[in-house]
Amino acid sequence: MHINPNEILETIQMVRMEHLDIRTVTMGISLRDCSHPDIEVFNENIYEKITTRAKELVRTTNDIQNLYGIPIINKRISVTPIAVAAESCRSPDFVSVAKTMDEAAKDAQVDFIGGFSALVHKGATVGDLKLINSIPEALKSTEKVCSSVNVATTKTGINMDAVGLMGGIIKKTANLTADRDGIGCAKLVIFANAPEDNPFMAGAFHGIGEPECVINVGVSGPGVVNAAICELENPSLTEISEAIKKTAFKITRMGEMVGREVSRRLGVEFGILDLSLAPTPEIGDSVAAILEAMGLERCGAHGTTAALALLNDAVKKGGAMASSSVGGLSGAFIPVSEDAGMIEAVRAGALSLEKLEAMTSVCSVGLDMIAVPGDTPASTLSAIIADEMAIGVINRKTTAVRIIPAPGKAVGDSVEFGGLLGNAPIMPVSNFSSEAFVKRGGRIPAPIQSLTN
Amino acid sequence: MASSRFIITVIGSDRVGIVARITTVMANFNVNIVDITQTIMQGIFTMIMLAEAPLENFDLAAFQEAMSAEGKSLGVEVKVQHEDAFRFMHRI
Repeated sequence: MHINPNEILETIQMVRMEHLDIRTVTMGISLRDCSHPDIEVFNENIYEKITTRAKELVRTTNDIQNLYGIPIINKRISVTPIAVAAESCRSPDFVSVAKTMDEAAKDAQVDFIGGFSALVHKGATVGDLKLINSIPEALKSTEKVCSSVNVATTKTGINMDAVGLMGGIIKKTANLTADRDGIGCAKLVIFANAPEDNPFMAGAFHGIGEPECVINVGVSGPGVVNAAICELENPSLTEISEAIKKTAFKITRMGEMVGREVSRRLGVEFGILDLSLAPTPEIGDSVAAILEAMGLERCGAHGTTAALALLNDAVKKGGAMASSSVGGLSGAFIPVSEDAGMIEAVRAGALSLEKLEAMTSVCSVGLDMIAVPGDTPASTLSAIIADEMAIGVINRKTTAVRIIPAPGKAVGDSVEFGGLLGNAPIMPVSNFSSEAFVKRGGRIPAPIQSLTN
Repeated sequence: MASSRFIITVIGSDRVGIVARITTVMANFNVNIVDITQTIMQGIFTMIMLAEAPLENFDLAAFQEAMSAEGKSLGVEVKVQHEDAFRFMHRI
């Protein structure tokens, strides 16, 4: 046999027992040619463009899932940031655009559509502000639309006016979706150094340097990495790193194969392969469990940041060897509500917001899917965002905040979002005020690291 | 995807007639066995076949469904996957 039976069984085992999956095939679609002063015409244009481009996306993806026997969990669409595409619309808000995106996503039968977004890291245009102010209503009145706002980059510093604004937008979004524990906030990400080709939600958008249409693939597999570590007998950390690298290589190869076949069949350019260990609430599909397999009693114990740094780096190294198209976020995600091990660690008192913040300086994204008390002031949310943006800007990496001030909930309560979003215990925040700091506004200048030319 | 070769795996407890009944379904779909091997994986009977499907008029979905249904009646799990899924993952 040309293929080694052990390799066949290893692959089968990864899918059957260890939750290996292609998390998402995301089609990026440019909406730059849809602009029109009349928002109704604009909406018609984007509906037409999205549904035409993505017409065969789900069917083709399902065919490939069956051909290879590898589950492809989500099919998604990302579009040009709406603040850019809808800038010329003479309309006081962009809520109708979000509703149109939602309809187009339903028509195309995809799971999510991202790109209700604005890039305001150095300052906001009129269109950017219209978009940001439309976010709460847009997320309330849609199901599949995801929103993101980039408020900082290493090259430009941190737009603290935007950071200040977003604290209030998050509160408003939570309150408008109070009947579902503030689920609107689970679809809103605040970024530093946002990648333009990330296929993962809620932060996916089709960047302005991207082609007309592109296929980006997100692969996951925390369970596979965990199993690889658990198989080792009393390993050193060097051996663990080696095992993670090899596993990341294999997972990435699988994603590359699927991505290239989808793009070939659709006649759409293949963009990037994003290997991100994205946990799901299912037992055995946890990033926290990987850190614990390295020898920590609980995720959040001292040593967790070091263990996560090892994990994140080894994942990138394995991925980079396996594919020349590795991009997006690529690394480990640490969303609390979506990871059974993280939830357990918070409940056990092992994992705090402060520890999570430290972990974000070495993982691929940031403070993700964290529920905090409903009465957290907007200025405190803004200050949490500012801290996170500072970590990203100084370390020249992507960081993000996806935080849910759950209306009416306090420490000791839980929120339940269901599905991939999972559930989360409410985590305490500092009760000391950051208001005067946040109110100052202005821009935290670009750091010395930005002067590389 | 250059070839129409598939890896067929049969996983479950061993019993009389598995090979006979699975290969009958394959014959019905004009699918040829190129190689066959069997092993025990964590105490579970596992049969692996490399099979070649006809290039034309081959309905993969119907074949997968028929194989899976036959497997179910035998109490085993049958998977039909394109060979690239295995080749790509482990080889550069």
